[in-house]
Amino acid sequence: MSGRRIGVYVCQCGGNIGDYVDVDKVVEEIKGDDDVVIARSAMFTCSDATQQEIVQDAQEQGLDALVVASCSPKLHTVTFRDVAKRAGMNPFQYTQVNVREQCSWTHTDDKTGATEKATRLVRAGINRTRLTEPLEPIVVETTPKSLVVGGGIAGLRAALGLAELGLTVFLVEKEARLGGHVAGYGPMFPNDRKGSDLVATLEEKVRANPAITVFTNAELMAKSGSFGNNQATIAIHDGDKLETIQVDVGSIVVATGFDDYEPAAGEFGYGLDGVVTLPEFKKMVDEAPGLLQYKGRPVKTVAYIYCVGSRQDESLEGAHTYCSRYCCTSAVHTALEAQKLAGDLRQYHLYRDMRTYGKYELLWNASRESGSLYLRVPDDEPPAVEKLSSGGLKVTTRDLLTGEEEIAIPADLVVLVTGMVPRDNAELVSVLKLPVGNDGFYNEIHPKLRPVETIVDGVLICGACQAPKTSSEAVAAGLAAVTQSGAMLKRGYAELDPMVATVYADLCTWCGKCRAACPYDAIEQVELDGRQVAQVVKTACKGCGGCVPVCPEDATDLLGYTDAQIKSMIDGMMEVSCS
Amino acid sequence: MAEDATREDQAFHPRILVFSTNNISDPGIDLAGSSHLHYSPNVMVISLPCTSGIKPSWVLYAMQRGFDGVFIAADGEECAYLPDCAERTAGIMTSAQALLEEHGLEPQRVRMAAVCSVCAEPFTNYMHEYSKSLAGLGPSRKATA
Repeated sequence: MSGRRIGVYVCQCGGNIGDYVDVDKVVEEIKGDDDVVIARSAMFTCSDATQQEIVQDAQEQGLDALVVASCSPKLHTVTFRDVAKRAGMNPFQYTQVNVREQCSWTHTDDKTGATEKATRLVRAGINRTRLTEPLEPIVVETTPKSLVVGGGIAGLRAALGLAELGLTVFLVEKEARLGGHVAGYGPMFPNDRKGSDLVATLEEKVRANPAITVFTNAELMAKSGSFGNNQATIAIHDGDKLETIQVDVGSIVVATGFDDYEPAAGEFGYGLDGVVTLPEFKKMVDEAPGLLQYKGRPVKTVAYIYCVGSRQDESLEGAHTYCSRYCCTSAVHTALEAQKLAGDLRQYHLYRDMRTYGKYELLWNASRESGSLYLRVPDDEPPAVEKLSSGGLKVTTRDLLTGEEEIAIPADLVVLVTGMVPRDNAELVSVLKLPVGNDGFYNEIHPKLRPVETIVDGVLICGACQAPKTSSEAVAAGLAAVTQSGAMLKRGYAELDPMVATVYADLCTWCGKCRAACPYDAIEQVELDGRQVAQVVKTACKGCGGCVPVCPEDATDLLGYTDAQIKSMIDGMMEVSCS
Repeated sequence: MAEDATREDQAFHPRILVFSTNNISDPGIDLAGSSHLHYSPNVMVISLPCTSGIKPSWVLYAMQRGFDGVFIAADGEECAYLPDCAERTAGIMTSAQALLEEHGLEPQRVRMAAVCSVCAEPFTNYMHEYSKSLAGLGPSRKATA
């Protein structure tokens, strides 16, 4: 007995748990366990009524820790931490045991087995809870300033949004001008407004806002400090001169965008006269003097080849296996723009799958109605492009939708519908410790629940540096990053999860292995009573536990997942008698 | 109970401890449940922030307490904490295997595979396969302290 006073609630979740697990039997089994003061079943533990009962029980019985066995911790950990708090307990002395997703629902065919397993899991939860210590969120004061890296459409809109929230903003752009890719675009889908106009409007507002300082020809060189209080070093190039300045910021919004895919020489005839990429073609259409022309010659037939540089075969070295998302719609829209020009233009679209998703489907319909012909080509048999002796081009393919016969298309111009690729920004990645995914784009913590946050607290990502996005999606992500920055910085302080690493100084002999294992600089060497020992910088620690197994002295632990707790959980899982 | 007695009479059902991760593989395992895919109730999961934080001694401890195998549901390349997580976890796995062998246990009693946040079916298949291969090895009771 540890003298703890633990309350245990096992949820029926209506029938979701109760139909497949004998909840009363589970309660019966564990109610006599050490330190368990109350054990009950409940129909819906998350209901207001039951939450209120828990609070009441806690106050009457003087509970100091709580276990709820119900659904996945992803759903209700926060709910019940809150209940624990309202009941006067420390929220970090709460354990949620997953007896729904990982028990009742997956053993609907075995009630005896599921009941026994639920008992084991609850017991593991009780054991873990017994060893919890009261933890307090790590409170850090935050600087109400934000740094935006990248002055494309997402970064510009984000900078404006941050300033509108009342934050001071520094916008750093590597190029001499703002606006990124979009600044060079003519009419864009879906409403035909020119990219250059959109950017000009945004830039005007950004430049006019006194809270925003814009640095062009500038780069983020270094970042120190930790969550809420970062010191960013910005290098500004002025001809041959290099000036560096330091700014204090609470959040950093990364909006560094994408690169256009550059086809290899010979890829779908790239390099032949008359074979161009989609961005090159868009420019031609935007700048066409009435008639569509290529090098002064009129263009009468255009063949588009889709998915160039996207959805590549994974067996290729460095393949871009993802769909670039914007190119189908952009090509269709550009074809519609080209059709508006004078002259009789014939357009052939050689596609694998059309992905003009959502409202953009209407553009595809309009394109077909305007005379564009769509041919579905086989995935494993890419169209062949060759130069004819007459000077024109020939594209050979098969159309899967019309008898699969070989078709030869004579064309004045072949447009390779190229996709988006991640930018090579190795320096920025290293400065900010950005998580880079397999595909080369930056990773958010969760695509749905935390779509612009990275594992590095206070560093947010948005726009096409995360994944291929349309400009409206990039802007939406930029504004999400604004909201997240506001949530962190407007209060003046932030609370960090206290489940971080800890070092038992008495066991530590300072070998430096934990520091070497930590990419977040969260472990420092300090002197304590004349000895060199490791110490965790709580505000820098991400709570991964990567420093735990490398310690030869077992002197490190991750709070909430300590060595003793994990072993006690294993004990709990194995304590049940099979009688 | 009679039912339980029948279960006891049946062939050996290995007990498997799974280490999963809060953000990636545990949601995948949750999804197996939400999809009502079945695997043995002798599979139990402990979820951690990151598999790079698993101590090899936990694997041995699990055997000593009666588990027959440990399955590490790793994040693969998806880990949001550590870019070299797969490599680190593989290193932990190798140390755990060595530790098991020192204690007279087969290295096959610890396995790892990447389980993504929607890998419900792959996880279920891993559990079926691993149960089968552990059944071939027999119980781990011979583990020495």
